[in-house]
Amino acid sequence: MKSKTHVSAENGRQDLRITRTFDLPVESLFRAYVEPALLEQWMGTRVLKLENRPHGGWQIETRDAQGNVVFRANGVIHAFVPNRKITRTFEMEDSPFAVQLEFLEFESLTEATSRLDIHIVFRSVDYRDQLLQMPFAYGINMAHNRLQEVAGALQ
Amino acid sequence: MDLRRDVYQAIADPTRRAILVLVAAQALSAGAIASNFDTARPTVSRHLKILTECGLLTQEQTGREVYYHLNPQKIREIADFIEPFRKMWDDRFNRLEAIMKAQQAT
Repeated sequence: MKSKTHVSAENGRQDLRITRTFDLPVESLFRAYVEPALLEQWMGTRVLKLENRPHGGWQIETRDAQGNVVFRANGVIHAFVPNRKITRTFEMEDSPFAVQLEFLEFESLTEATSRLDIHIVFRSVDYRDQLLQMPFAYGINMAHNRLQEVAGALQ
Repeated sequence: MDLRRDVYQAIADPTRRAILVLVAAQALSAGAIASNFDTARPTVSRHLKILTECGLLTQEQTGREVYYHLNPQKIREIADFIEPFRKMWDDRFNRLEAIMKAQQAT
């Protein structure tokens, strides 16, 4: 499958952009972000709290097969405009990484296609680069999942 | 069975990932690294040995102490900087698209 997700992270900047076009109407794309049952499916994580309004809070967590929490993150929603934008903070719990600010902009391209533009601002250039250099620290369970995939493919 | 040390095996362990995050900030002696963990010192030494053998850490003798540095080149080998991050989001968004298409169909 051709990849439709683009990440741009310019040298020496403390932000990055993730853009993606979807074969979905913008309403459908936005729903995937606001309905916990849907968000859980595509993010592969449990939603503990999701208050879709300005000053609302959110919290997600991932557990391993033994039920141990391997990843938990939370934040506050600052702006919420249906089918247009979500501005929120994101912080991984029990990690050395500082809170980050995320601007999510949803745009309708045609009746059946849409685009999502995510702009993430980090506390410093170093924080951003460290996160990018160590993707396994970002959602610390990723390396495990990857290994399970590899192991699964070998069976 | 004599498994070759590879980086994926090295980062599969949460203590070893924590060690890499620690050493990313600054070069540290084995003792300084061990002081961050409740695990027994020989266990930490074993983790350091594995990380060194697969090239993620390099050793530097300074006086009586051995300091451990992160080897950014090796990290980039597994990371290629942005690619794993991009891949993670691409996988998630592919799932999102598939799930929402199924929702529309019903």
